[in-house]
Amino acid sequence: MIPKAFKRSLWVFHINSGSCNGCDIEIIAALTPRYDAERFGIKLVGSPRHADVIAFTGPVTNDMKDKVIRIIEQTPDPKVIVVVGSCGIGGGVFHESYHLAGPIDKLYPNAKYFYVPGCPPRPEAIIQAFAKAWEWLEEVEKK
Amino acid sequence: MTGEFIFWLVVKSVIIAGIAIFFGLLYKGIDRKIVAHMQGRVGPPIRQPFLDVIKLMSKENIVPKHAIKWLFNAAPLICLASSIMLLLYIPIGGFDAILEGHGDLILILYLFAIPSIAMVAGGFASSSPYAAIGAQREVVTMISYELPLAVVIIAIAWKLSGIEGDVFSMAFIASHPIWQNVGILGLIGAIMLLISMVVVAPGELAKIPFDVAEAETEIAGGLTVEYSGRNLAMLYIADGVKIFAFASLVVALFFPYGIASLLSLNGVASIIADFLFFLLKVFLVMFFAVTLIRAGVARFRITQVVTAYWVTITLIALLGLVLLMWDTHFNVRWL
Ligand code: SF4
Repeated sequence: MIPKAFKRSLWVFHINSGSCNGCDIEIIAALTPRYDAERFGIKLVGSPRHADVIAFTGPVTNDMKDKVIRIIEQTPDPKVIVVVGSCGIGGGVFHESYHLAGPIDKLYPNAKYFYVPGCPPRPEAIIQAFAKAWEWLEEVEKK
Repeated sequence: MTGEFIFWLVVKSVIIAGIAIFFGLLYKGIDRKIVAHMQGRVGPPIRQPFLDVIKLMSKENIVPKHAIKWLFNAAPLICLASSIMLLLYIPIGGFDAILEGHGDLILILYLFAIPSIAMVAGGFASSSPYAAIGAQREVVTMISYELPLAVVIIAIAWKLSGIEGDVFSMAFIASHPIWQNVGILGLIGAIMLLISMVVVAPGELAKIPFDVAEAETEIAGGLTVEYSGRNLAMLYIADGVKIFAFASLVVALFFPYGIASLLSLNGVASIIADFLFFLLKVFLVMFFAVTLIRAGVARFRITQVVTAYWVTITLIALLGLVLLMWDTHFNVRWL
C-alpha cells in the first residue's frame, strides 16, 4: 500500500542554487496545463519539510553552498534529489567558473540523485525523472 | 443506562469520525479535480488525497530543534480532533446531531475557532519565522471573519426567535428553514446572509483568496512550514474535515431540506436518499464556496482580507440582518 502511495504522490520542493533560471522555468512548464504533472500527483510545495523530492537546479555558487546543504538536511527521509539541467550535473555553461563550490553531488554525496541533462531539458524529461524517483522510493519503502 | 448511553455515544462518534475523514478527503479530491478541469488540466485522480495521506504517514516526522516539542506535536492532534468534534454537533445526512442541546449553535461558532487556534499555537511553537508570520496572519484573519459569521448566526437566530422553541439549538434551526418564515424583504435579507456565509467559508478554511496564513508562494506554507510526516498528515486530514464540517453547517442553516418526503420514500430507502441528497448539497456548497472562488481569483494581501471582511462582508451581513428586521416590522408577505 505504501509504495503505491509514493508512486502517485510526490511533493516537490524546488531549489535554485545559482542557475540561469532556464531550468526553473521548465520545471514550472511541467506543471502547466500542457504537461500537467499534477495528474501524476506531483505537486510543488513551499517548504522542504513537506517534500519527497528536491528539484535542484544550478551549479551551487559559493554563497549558496551552506544554505543548500541545510535545506537538503531539513527534508524528511526518504527523499530523492533530482538535479535538473546540465549546469547542476557538471557545471554546464558555468564549468570551472571561479565562484562555484558544486556540483551538488560532490558537496552532499550521501543522498540519492537523479539527473536530467539538457540546457534546459524538456518538461517531459523532467517528468520522467520524477517517475524514476518514485520507482526508487518504492524500492526503499519495500525494504 | 448511563453506561449504555456513553457506549453508543462513543460508537457513534467513531463512526462520525470515519465518515468525516473519508468524505473530507473525498471532497478534497473532487475539489482538486474540478479546479484542474477549470484550468484546462486533467488533474489528479479523485483518490489523490488518500494517497497523499498514506504517503505522509510513511515519511519521517521531524520536530525542529528549537520547537516547543509537546505543543508542536499536540497542535495537529487538537486541530484534527476539534474538526471532527464539530461534526458531532452539526446534523449530517438527515440525521440529528449526536450531541445536541440548548446553545449548540453558539458552541459550534466557537468550536470552529479551535482548529485555527491550535494551528496558531503549533505555528508559534515551531520556532520558524515563517510559521510565526503565518500564525499572526491567521489570528488577524480569524478576527476579521468572526464578525460577519456572528452576524449571520445572530440574524438567523433572531428571525426564528418569533417561533416557539429553543432558538439557539441546531435541531430547531434545521427543522425551521429560514426561507419558509420570511416575506419578500426577508428573502432578500436571507440571500445576503447566505452570500456572506459563502464568502466567510474560504477565510474560515484558509483557502484562496483568504489563505494568507498558509500562502505557499509567499511565506512557504506559513503555519505548516515546519510540519512533516504524521503531523502534516493530521493537518491535511483536518483541512478536509473542516471543509466538510463548514459545508454541512451551511447546509444545516440554509438548506436543511430532505428529499425522501418529496419522493414519498420510507424506511431504509428514505435514509439512503436523504444521505445522498445531503452529500449533493454539501458538494454544491463546497463547489460555490471553495472550488469556484479558488479557481477564479488570486490571493489577497492581509490588509485586503481585513477590509474585505470587516467592511464589505460585514456590511452585507448587517444589511441582511436589517432586512430581516424590516421583514418582521413591515410584514410584507407574498401576495
Ligand atoms: S542547465 Fe542551462 S538552462 Fe538550466 S539552469 Fe543551467 S544554464 Fe540554465
